[in-house]
Amino acid sequence: MSELLYSEVENDLRASVRDLLSDRSPWTAVLARTETDQPYDLALWRTLATELGLAGLLVPEELGGAGASAREVAVVLEELGRAVAPVPFLGSAVLATSALLAAGDAELLPELAAGNRTATLGVTYTTAPNAVFPASVHVHNGRLTGRIGSVVDLDVAEFVVVPAVGAAGPELHVVEVSSARVTPVVPLDLTRRISHLELDGVSGRLLATGDAAEQALRSALTTGAGLLAAEQLGLAQWCLDSTVDYAKTRYQFGRQIGSFQAIKHRLADLWAATSSALATSRAAASALATGEDVGVSVAVAAAYCSDVAVLAAEEALQLHGGIGMTWEHPVHLYLGRAKSSQLALGSPERHRAALATLIDLPA
Amino acid sequence: MTDLAAKVEAFLAEHPPAGADPIEFLRARFDAGLAWVHFPVGAGGLGAPRAAQFAVDEAFAAAGAPEAVPAAKVIGYGMAAPTILTFGTPEQHERFLRPLFTGEEVWCQLFSEPGAGSDLATLATRAVRDGDDWVVDGQKVWTSFAHAARWAILVARTDPTVPKHQGLSYFICDMNDAGVQVRPLRQITGEAEFNEVFLNAVRVPDAHRLGAVGEGWKVAQTTLMNERVAIGAHAAPREGGLIGVAARTWREHPELRTPGLHDRLLRLWVQAEALRLTSERLRQGLAVGQPGPEGSAAKLAFATINQAVSGFEVELQGEQGLAYEDWTMRRPLETDWASRDPGFRYLRTKGNSIEGGTSEILRNIIAERVLGLPREPRSDADVAWKDLPR
Repeated sequence: MSELLYSEVENDLRASVRDLLSDRSPWTAVLARTETDQPYDLALWRTLATELGLAGLLVPEELGGAGASAREVAVVLEELGRAVAPVPFLGSAVLATSALLAAGDAELLPELAAGNRTATLGVTYTTAPNAVFPASVHVHNGRLTGRIGSVVDLDVAEFVVVPAVGAAGPELHVVEVSSARVTPVVPLDLTRRISHLELDGVSGRLLATGDAAEQALRSALTTGAGLLAAEQLGLAQWCLDSTVDYAKTRYQFGRQIGSFQAIKHRLADLWAATSSALATSRAAASALATGEDVGVSVAVAAAYCSDVAVLAAEEALQLHGGIGMTWEHPVHLYLGRAKSSQLALGSPERHRAALATLIDLPA
Repeated sequence: MTDLAAKVEAFLAEHPPAGADPIEFLRARFDAGLAWVHFPVGAGGLGAPRAAQFAVDEAFAAAGAPEAVPAAKVIGYGMAAPTILTFGTPEQHERFLRPLFTGEEVWCQLFSEPGAGSDLATLATRAVRDGDDWVVDGQKVWTSFAHAARWAILVARTDPTVPKHQGLSYFICDMNDAGVQVRPLRQITGEAEFNEVFLNAVRVPDAHRLGAVGEGWKVAQTTLMNERVAIGAHAAPREGGLIGVAARTWREHPELRTPGLHDRLLRLWVQAEALRLTSERLRQGLAVGQPGPEGSAAKLAFATINQAVSGFEVELQGEQGLAYEDWTMRRPLETDWASRDPGFRYLRTKGNSIEGGTSEILRNIIAERVLGLPREPRSDADVAWKDLPR
């Protein structure tokens, strides 16, 4: 049975990330940034990547990374989710990095690990790990042409890892974003941006072909889905904590509203769901770290934590009453993130369908 | 190999489980301190960390070692033993723990009453001092194993003139006393797993009191905390619970499958797996310290998933779901739910959200003790028990 508790090192890592985020990215700053032309906090991203060395957690030391595992990345994502921090960690340090690692890249990874460059994975953000290899981009004479809708963190990426179909089948390329057309989408989630990517005869650097390309993409999406669960967990915990605090300070009918069973029972259920989300997320991170039981652990965590995050954000809004419905309160940032993340990297339903095959419960 | 593992190995070498007399084997295991290693030396333990017990139990199970009868474990191991250990005198440890562990003496719990369920502290069974004894009169209900039990842990009111929590005391009651009458309590499954227990001038020696007079509520808290952990912290394999039964039916009967039921089954499977991982995490966390209120969450989720899965199972059966295996009134000492039919599981699991703390009370416990939310205003806290409306 995998280790489901946090180690001391992981707790220290959490504390340093939380300190930085509470100092540099309070929700007031996140909210203020949403309607500017710089929705991402790139200065914060630089600090996370270079000073704390978090961009290279998954990258081996010989490529300039920290040689850590998915367990540490999960802890970072819990904190980023808790703060709905507007940084491209998921796209660059998780999705693109995992794809490059699986494809055996040694050129871009050191740059990503060092925080010199930012990248993302060129798939539609809703793509599930077991999806068929995307065929919307084609390769002719080494040049890529096609369109990929709704790519996460593309706005601030300098490189994008693109799955494409060549003469001999699946290929994976690294493309410079400056050579492509990027069209931002007005997002439901104000703290994480998506954009459409259009390639018109763009040259790329070939990373992998055939089975290797398919496997690298699947590996990146699996890692992404399993670790997104950690971000969803952190988001759910913030929603629970802030709502519990509010229920203790808000008075109606001469009592703290948290003394009414109509409120406290909902919060007790949410705490129980969040505790279970934590267990599934830890199991997925441990599975990704050890390579054991990855398929089932990731599918369970992704299916479970997606829904718990949405539940937590919706409960937070309802139990805050009118104030939760206002723009000036942060709960809508969490609701948008939670609902978008539910669709991301495979909806709960897609993960359950994947599970059906893995655990032999066919339709 | 740890010291403890070495001790277990040496014990098994000296007392080969194969062909051993179960009682003699369990007595020797107790005397070696390997009954519950987190108990002190002399009380069946070695003063080891609580978490070490899991590995010891696993080692004995792997060796095929004899175990006490199942009826001895639920109340005896799970609730009576930790309470006796925490509040008992050396004489009480000496008298009760060893035969409790071996299963020679089965225990039951005399807590709930017809008028005191969720509000256990309002219970009315009276204990009146008479020389070196207490004389107990009252009625208890939902008592498992009462018809097999040698001893009971009993909470009774020793002072009705003070507020309800302050007037209780905790006793060990002799179930062989002439004043104890046990009647089966038939439940909605048709069986009687539980009993009603009538206490008429039952004499309990003061030497069988656990904790001080008037401190029965505090003692009972220890028992109840252990009850919830006993239910919630058990490590289980994947598909170990009722979901495993439903999954097997699904695999063996393709003709019963529908798309709607498929998605429900997968949702239930995910929920059950999440609960399994939550319990496993709780188990890993028990490595240090006493059971906390977190056990309440596992118990709450256990009730929810069991009811959902067993309801699903009846629907999955189609026509066969209309039938019920057997309404014969029996008094089982153990029930293997997996071998029963879905209708039985459907009815029996309805009790999961009532027994051992209703789901509503568990939510209060989580909200107040874990989340620190304020209590409901209480009208009975400062009123003498005898003056409470009832």
